[in-house]
Amino acid sequence: MTFEGVEASPLLSVRGLSKLFGSFAACDAIDLDIGHGEIHALLGENGAGKSTLVKMLFGVLQPTAGTISWEGRPVVIPSPGEARRLGVGMVFQHFSLFEALTVAENIALSLDPRTPLAKIAEETATVSKAYGLPLDPSAHVADLSVGERQRIEIIRALLQNPKLIILDEPTSVLTPQEAERLFETLMRLKAEGRSVLYISHRLEEVQRICDRATVLRHGKVTGDCDPRKETPASLARMMVGTEVAEVQRADAGAFGDVLVEVAKVSVAPRTPFAVSLKDISLKVRAGEVLAIAGVAGNGQSELFDALSGEYPISDDDGIRLRGKPVGRLRINGRRLLGAGFVPEERHGHAAVSALSLSDNLLLARSRSDKKAFLAGGPLSILRRDAILSASRRICSIMDVRKSGDDPAAGSLSGGNLQKFIVGRELDRQPSVLVVNQPTWGVDAGAASRIRQALVDLAKAGSAVIVISQDLDEIFEIATTIAVISDGKLSDPYPAGELTLEQIGLLMGGIHERHSGVETAHAH
Amino acid sequence: MFEAILLTVITASTPLVVAALGELVSQRSGVLNLGVEGMMIMGAVAAFATAQLTGSPYLGILGGIIGGGLFSLLFGFLTLTLVANQVATGLALTILGLGLSGQIGEAFVGMPGVRLQPLVIPVLSDIPFFGRVLFSQDLIFYMSVALVFGISWFLFKSRTGLKMRAIGDNHGSAHALGINVVRTRYLAVLFGGACAGLAGAQLSLVYTPQWVENMTAGRGWIALALVVFASWRPLRVLAGGYLFGAVGIGQLHAQLLAQSGGIAIPSQLLSALPYAATIVVLIIISHNRRTTLINTPASLGKPFVPDR
Repeated sequence: MTFEGVEASPLLSVRGLSKLFGSFAACDAIDLDIGHGEIHALLGENGAGKSTLVKMLFGVLQPTAGTISWEGRPVVIPSPGEARRLGVGMVFQHFSLFEALTVAENIALSLDPRTPLAKIAEETATVSKAYGLPLDPSAHVADLSVGERQRIEIIRALLQNPKLIILDEPTSVLTPQEAERLFETLMRLKAEGRSVLYISHRLEEVQRICDRATVLRHGKVTGDCDPRKETPASLARMMVGTEVAEVQRADAGAFGDVLVEVAKVSVAPRTPFAVSLKDISLKVRAGEVLAIAGVAGNGQSELFDALSGEYPISDDDGIRLRGKPVGRLRINGRRLLGAGFVPEERHGHAAVSALSLSDNLLLARSRSDKKAFLAGGPLSILRRDAILSASRRICSIMDVRKSGDDPAAGSLSGGNLQKFIVGRELDRQPSVLVVNQPTWGVDAGAASRIRQALVDLAKAGSAVIVISQDLDEIFEIATTIAVISDGKLSDPYPAGELTLEQIGLLMGGIHERHSGVETAHAH
Repeated sequence: MFEAILLTVITASTPLVVAALGELVSQRSGVLNLGVEGMMIMGAVAAFATAQLTGSPYLGILGGIIGGGLFSLLFGFLTLTLVANQVATGLALTILGLGLSGQIGEAFVGMPGVRLQPLVIPVLSDIPFFGRVLFSQDLIFYMSVALVFGISWFLFKSRTGLKMRAIGDNHGSAHALGINVVRTRYLAVLFGGACAGLAGAQLSLVYTPQWVENMTAGRGWIALALVVFASWRPLRVLAGGYLFGAVGIGQLHAQLLAQSGGIAIPSQLLSALPYAATIVVLIIISHNRRTTLINTPASLGKPFVPDR
C-alpha cells in the first residue's frame, strides 16, 4: 500500500530474521513486509515465535541472523528506546506497567523526559477521550482493571506518535462494544498513514480488519496471505498445521438435578482493589455449561474465590454443592464433595512454575486423592509412581506437549500448561467444575481442546461453570449465559436466545433495558 | 533541662535519619543493601582518620562520605555486576566493615578527636528556644534536613526519581522501556553508601568525637528498620528517626533514674527498648495494605539479569 508512489519501499521489511536460544531456533529465517498504512496480522500458536519476532522488532532481543529494513534503509535496533526513535510503538500482551505508579507517571516514563508531568496528564486525558479509551491520569495502576491497564499501554504507544504500532492480543479483555471502538481507532490510525502489526488468535477479527496476514508455526513463516480471501479454517490450518476440531456443543434442555446452587450471596471486598459481590444467585444443573461473561475486574475473581472456597463466605447455606451447604467449607472440603476448580492465573496460582508437573498435580490433589497419592497413613509418604503415572495420563489425554518426562511447569507454553491444569481437574471426573478464563492467552489448538473437554464433561452429567471474557468461547460452549457487571450477576439466558449486542449491554451493566429476552429458569 | 534533652535527641537521631535516607534511595531502586552498618562504620573510621591527619573536621566529613561510598561500590559490584545474592552480600559487607574498620582504627584508639563545631546561623539563631535547638547545629544536621526534602523532591517530582521508582517497582518493564537498570542502581547504591558514610562521620566527629571499635552499635540496623517503618517515604524517615532517637535517649535517662532511685531494672531490658519499639511500629505500619502496596518497591532484593 503506497501513497502516490512516494513511499516505494515498505515501512518495515524483514529478511531471513533468525533468533537462536542455544540450538533452539525460536525464529527461523523469517520474512515479513509491512506497508505504509497497512494493518498486518501476525498469526500463530503460542510458542510459534511471534513474541520473539516482535521483541526483535522492538529492540528487546537481538537477532542472531537476518536484516531489518526501516523505510528502505537497513537498521539495527539495539534497544526499545531506539525502536521508539524510529517510530515503533508497542502494546505488550503481558503489560509492562508499574503498579505503584500513576497512569500519567507510567506514560511519562516512555516519553521525552523534558515534557512536564502535568502536560502528560493533560494529553493522556485528551488522547484517551479522543480514541474512546477513557482513563484517569492520576489513578494508581494497582487500582485499575486489566482492561483499563491495556488502555494505558495503547495510549502510551499513541502518545509517541509512532509510524508502526504493534498490538499483542489487544481485544482479549474488551467488551464487543469496546473492541468495536478499538477497531475504529485502528482504522483511524490507518487513515492517518500509520501501520499496525496486529497479533491475535481471533481469526474473525483478523479477517475483518487486517489487510495482510503472516502466519508463523514453529518459528517459520507458513503463510502470507490476504486474510479476507481465506476462511477461518484455512487460516487455522496454516497456524496449527492440521484442521482445528470444531467444538461439539452439549444439547440444551436435557438437564438433570441442580448440582450447584448459589442463593443471594454478597461478599464485601477483601482488599482495597477488590469488587464486592452483590446478591449473587445462580443454579447449574447436571449437563449444563453456565458461562459467566463480563469485562475483567467486574467481580469475576471474587466470584471464583467464593465458589471455590479459596475465601469461604460467612453464610454456609449461601452455596450448595449437590445439595450440601458448603459456604464455610474451604477449597479442599469442596473438592472432597466432588468439585474441581481452575483459577485464572496459571503461574503462581494454578501452578507453581518452578515445580515439576507431577509436583503440581500432587499439590492440587494431595487431599482429595489422598488414597491414591499418599501412603503410610499419618506419615503421608509420597507415592511417586502413582503421581507420575497420573501426571503422564493427564498429559496424554490432554495432548500436553512438553520437553522431557516431567518438566517444570514454567517450561511449558501457556496453552500446554493450561491443558495440563484443566486436565488435572478433569482427571478426577468432578461432578462440578468451576473454571475462570479457561483459554486466556492460549493458542487456537489448545483452546479448542480445552473447550471440547469442558463440553464433554457436561455431557457426561457434570455441572460446569465457565467464567470467561471471550465471547466466541462462550457462544461455542455455553448452554446458559449470565453476565457479571460491577459484582452483580444478571439472570441466566439460554445461549441460543442472546445476541452479541445484548450481552454487550449487560456487560455495561444495563439490566433494565434488557427485558426482551425471557429468563431461562424460573427462580 | 528539656532543651538539653532535645539537643541530645537531635544528635542521636541525625545519624539514623541520614543513613536511613541513603538506604531508602537504594531500596527505592530495588536494591536491598543490608550492609548499612558496615558502610556506616567505614564512614566513621574514614572520617575520624581524615580529620586526625588533616586537622579539619570538614575534610573529615568528606572522608566519611568517600569511605562509605567506596565501600558500597564493593556491594554494587558483587550484587549488580556479578549478580550475587543481595542479602548474603549485605551481611558480609557489615561483617567485613566492622572488622576492617577495627583494623584501620587501631592506631587511633584513645586519641582525642576533632570535634565538628556548630554553625550558628545569624539572626535565626536569636529566635528564643528554636534558635538554639534548630539553628545552632552542626553542618551534618543541616545536611540531614536538606536531604529529607531534597530526596522527597527527587523521588516524587523529578523524572530521574520517577525512573528510579519505576526500576524498583518492575525492573523488567523498566529495562524494556530503555531505562538503564544497572547504572541507575549503581548510582543509588553509591548514594546509599555515601549517606551511610556521612552518618558514620557524624558519630565519630559529633556524637562521640573519638574512635571506638564497633561505635555504630547497631545503628545501621535501626536505620534499615526505619526505611520499612517509614514505608519508603523520606518525610516519615525524618519522623521515625526522631522517634527512635528519642526512645534511645529516653531509655538512657530511665537507666540513670532507675540507678539513682535504687530500682533494679535490668539495663539490658531498657537497652532493648528501641528494638522493641521497632517491632511494635512495624506491626502497626503493616496493617495498611494499600499504603504498603503502593510504596513497597516490588522488585526489592530481586537480582536483575537482562535477557539478550
